[in-house]
Amino acid sequence: MLGALVCAVLLFVLTIVVFVFKEAWPSFQHNGWAWFSSGGNVDRQIQEIFTAAADLRRPVYTFHAWPIIWGTFLITTGAVALSFVAALFVSVFIVEFAPEWIRTILEPVVRLLASVPSVIFGLVGVLVLVPFIGEHVISDDNRRSVSYIVSLSGYSLLAGVLILTLMIAPLMIAVFSDGLRSVPRGWLEGSLGLGINRWRTFWKIGVRTARPALVAGTVLATARALGEAVMLAMVTGGVAFAPNPADGVIFFVEPTRPLAATILQASEELTAPAMRHTIFAIAAVLLFSALMLSLTGWVVKQPMKKYGVRA
Amino acid sequence: MSAMTAPPAQPASPPPAPRRSARDSSASWRLTDRLGLAFAWLLGIGFLVVTAAIVLYMMVQGLRYVRPELFVTSPSAGFTESETGGFLDPLLGTVIVAAMAMAIAFPLGLCIAVWLSEYGRPSLLARVTESTIEMLAGTPSIVFALFGTLLFEQGALAFFSRTNDGGVVYGRSFFAAASMLALIALPLVVANVREGLQAIPAHVREASYAVGKTKLTTTRRVLLPAARPSVVTGAMLGVGRVIGDTAVIVLLLGATLRFNPAGDVPGLSQLKGTGSTLTSFVYANAPTGEANQPTKAYAAAFVLLSMVLVLNFAVDLAVRRGRRWR
Amino acid sequence: MRFVTPPPVRRLPLAGEQPATVVEPGAPGGAVATSGRRLQASPMAVERMTVDRMSIAYGAKVAVDEVSLPIRQGEVLALIGPSGCGKTTLLRSLNRLTELTKTASMKGRILLDGTDTATLEPTALRRRVTMVFQQPNPFPMSVFDNVAYVLREQASRRPRKRALQGAVQSALERAGLWEEVKGNLAHPALRLSGGQQQRLCIARALAADPEVLLLDEPCSALDPISTQVIEELIVQLREQVAVVIVTHNLQQAFRIADYVAFMYLGELVEYGPAEQVFGAPRADRTKEYVSGGFG
Repeated sequence: MLGALVCAVLLFVLTIVVFVFKEAWPSFQHNGWAWFSSGGNVDRQIQEIFTAAADLRRPVYTFHAWPIIWGTFLITTGAVALSFVAALFVSVFIVEFAPEWIRTILEPVVRLLASVPSVIFGLVGVLVLVPFIGEHVISDDNRRSVSYIVSLSGYSLLAGVLILTLMIAPLMIAVFSDGLRSVPRGWLEGSLGLGINRWRTFWKIGVRTARPALVAGTVLATARALGEAVMLAMVTGGVAFAPNPADGVIFFVEPTRPLAATILQASEELTAPAMRHTIFAIAAVLLFSALMLSLTGWVVKQPMKKYGVRA
Repeated sequence: MSAMTAPPAQPASPPPAPRRSARDSSASWRLTDRLGLAFAWLLGIGFLVVTAAIVLYMMVQGLRYVRPELFVTSPSAGFTESETGGFLDPLLGTVIVAAMAMAIAFPLGLCIAVWLSEYGRPSLLARVTESTIEMLAGTPSIVFALFGTLLFEQGALAFFSRTNDGGVVYGRSFFAAASMLALIALPLVVANVREGLQAIPAHVREASYAVGKTKLTTTRRVLLPAARPSVVTGAMLGVGRVIGDTAVIVLLLGATLRFNPAGDVPGLSQLKGTGSTLTSFVYANAPTGEANQPTKAYAAAFVLLSMVLVLNFAVDLAVRRGRRWR
Repeated sequence: MRFVTPPPVRRLPLAGEQPATVVEPGAPGGAVATSGRRLQASPMAVERMTVDRMSIAYGAKVAVDEVSLPIRQGEVLALIGPSGCGKTTLLRSLNRLTELTKTASMKGRILLDGTDTATLEPTALRRRVTMVFQQPNPFPMSVFDNVAYVLREQASRRPRKRALQGAVQSALERAGLWEEVKGNLAHPALRLSGGQQQRLCIARALAADPEVLLLDEPCSALDPISTQVIEELIVQLREQVAVVIVTHNLQQAFRIADYVAFMYLGELVEYGPAEQVFGAPRADRTKEYVSGGFG
C-alpha cells in the first residue's frame, strides 16, 4: 500500500519533469543553440513574444537568453564562493573553537537565519543595502560613464550577491557543522595525541573527513541560490542586463536579473503559448541545472569514499 | 645505583596543583594556524553581529509600524498609507495555505519516510525514491509554481479554481498554491521523519517483533511515537518553508489584495478563489512592488518574522525533548 | 638515543611500598631469571617521567587518587587493574589528553625529564609523549599519509614528499609493518586488518620520534596473532622509548612488562617489578586480582 503511494509520488515528479521539458521544447526548437547565446535585449524579446501573441498564426519565438544566464551564473558563483568560505570557518568555529556561551547563541541563530523567508531578506536589501550602494558606493562619475548603456541605481549584482550570501550561508553552516560534529572523536584524539595542535588537527582530520558534508551543503546551497527568485527580483534591478567585467569596478554595481527572477516577472503573461514556451524553457534550464548539480555532487563524493571517508 | 633507593625528602602536603590551561594556547602555533583561528573567530562573531543586526532592525522597524488595526483590516488599493488598509487577508491566507499544504505534505511525507525506513523493498525503488526526494529538495520553487499553473489550467482540474465564462480555467487558487507548496515541504518532512526513525536502535524494533507485533503495528505504536520529536521537527520546518515561500504564491495564488472567492459555496469558494499571503504582501509593498508601502511591508515582515521565530522555538523544544535515543 | 646525558635516576617511594622490595633493574637482585618471561629488563633504564601525587577527578568523581610512579626508558611499565580503576585516565594525563574532557580537574605534578608537564605547551608535550589508543584509529588516508601526517603537521614548514620517504619507512620498519605494506603505500589505511591498523598507529606514534610511548589497551580489539606481533614489537621498542601500557590482560602484562603498577578504584595499590607483583604480591588486593587472573 505504502509502496503504491511512493510510486504515485515518483510518477507525479516524473510528470513534472516531462511536462516542463515538453512545454519548453518549442522555444528551444525555434532558437536552436542560439537560445543560450547573446544577441539583442532579453526584455525587448520577451515584450515582442508577448505582443505577437495576439496573432496566433505568426508567433515570435526569438529569444537569446545569455544575459540572464550570465547574471544567474555571476550571482550564484559569487554568493556560493563567498558563503562557502564563510560557512566553513564559521562551522569550524562553532563545532570546535567557540566558547560554550557563544556556541549556545550561535547555533540557534544559524537555524533562525536559515528559516527567514527570502522576501524579508529582499526587503532588507531593498530598504537598506540598495540605497547604501546607490548613495555611497556608486559615484556620479560611475553613473555618467555607463549612462548610455545602463543606469546605476544601487540595484545591482553586488546587492544580490551579498544578500544571497547571507541567505545561503546558514544552510551551508547547518550542513557543514552536522558533518564536522560527526567526525569520530578517535581520529581527532589520535591526532591530538601525536602532538598536532588543535587547529591543524581539526583542519586536516576534521574538515577532511567531513568533505562529503561540505559537498552536500554546497550542493544544497547552490540549488537554493539558483532557484532564488523573489529576493533577487527585488534587489538586482530587474533589468536583463549582462554585467560586463570590462567595466572595472562598476561591474559589481551593474544591474542584472537571473533566470528565476525573470520567470517571476514574466509570469503575468503566461497565457500566450509562445510566451509560455519561452518561460518554460527558462524553467527547464533551471531544472536541468538543478539535476546536474545533484549529479555533480554525487560524482564529486565518489573518490572520497576511497580512503574510508563516509559519504 | 643501589637496589635500595633512599626516599627523597617529601613535603607533608601534596604540591599545589599548578594552574593548568584547560586549552592549549596558540602562541606556539604556526602563523598560518593562528591566522586561520583568528579568521574563524572573526567570521563567527561577524556572522553573529550581522544576523543580530538584521533581525533587530526588522523587529525595531516592524514594531514602529505595526498597529493593532492592521491585523483586522483588509488591504485595499490606494496610493497613501491610510488608504491601503491592513493585512488581515494575507495573514489568514498564510494560515490557510500553510494548513492546506501541510495537510497534503505531512501524511504523504510520513508515509514515504516510513516506507523508506521500514520497508524499502525493492531496493532499487528505494534508491530512486531517495534521489527523487533529494531532487525535489533541490528544485527551484519557481519551477513547481510554473508547473502548477500548467497543471491547474487543465480542464479536468477545473474544480479547483475559477472557470471563466468562455470555459477557460484560471488555474490559480488556494488549492493550486497549497498543492505545489506541499511538494516543497515534502522533502523536509521525509528527511526529518526518516532520520528520526533511523535513530531508533534496532533492538527496539526487534523487541516489538519478538512479542508478535506486525510491522505496521510496530511502526504505529512504537516507532512513530518514539520518533515524535523528529516528526514534529519535520512538520515545523515544512510549515516554515511554506509560509516563507513567495514565488509559488505570486504565480499560483494570484497574489490578489483580498480573498477573491470563486463560486457560491461558502468556505469552498474562498479556497477555489485567489488571495494572498504575508510574503506576497511584503513583496507587493516593498519599493519594488506594485503597492509600494514600505511601512506596511515592515509591519507584515515583522509578523512573518515573529511566526518564523515561534516555529524555530517550537523546533528547538521538539529537538530538546528528542535526545532520548542519542 | 636522544639523550646524551640521562637525567639522574630518582624515584619516589610509594605509599605502602617497602623500598627493599623494589628491585632496580641492572642491580644484582634484579636479574631474577623467571620462566615465561621473554626478555630481561634493560640494564640501561633511565627515569624519564615522574608522576608525583597525581589526582584526577571528573566533576566530583575521583578517578585517580594521589598516584606516584616513575616511568623509565628501557622498561615497559604496565598499568593493570579492573575496569574503571583509573588506569586509562592516568595514562591520558601523561600527555594531558585528560584536559580534553571539560569536567576533568587535576592535582599533583607530572615531570618529564624534571620539567613539570603543566608548564609545557600541550602540543609540545604530546610530541614527546605520544599515544596509541585502544581502538585502532588510522586516519582516513593512505598508509603513507598516515605516517607522514605527523611529520608534515609537526614541521614548521611542510616537507617534500621525497624527504619524508625515509622517515616514513623507518617508522614503519620500527613498527614491523614495512614488509607488509611496502608494495602499496597508497593503500587506504582503513582497509588494513585490525592488527596492521594498530601497528600503523604505533608507526605513526613513533614517526614523531617520541620519548615516551603510551599504549592504551592496544590489543583489546585484536585477534591473538596480531596481539602477539604487537607484544613482541612493544618489547623491542622499550630500548628506544619509555613504554607505558594499560592492559586488563594479566598474561599480557606478565609477558611484556618489566614493571607493573596495580591500580584499584583510583589508588595505586602496588608497584614493582613484574616478577614480584605477579609472583609475590604484597597487598591482598593485588593477590586477589592477580590470582583471579592466573587461576
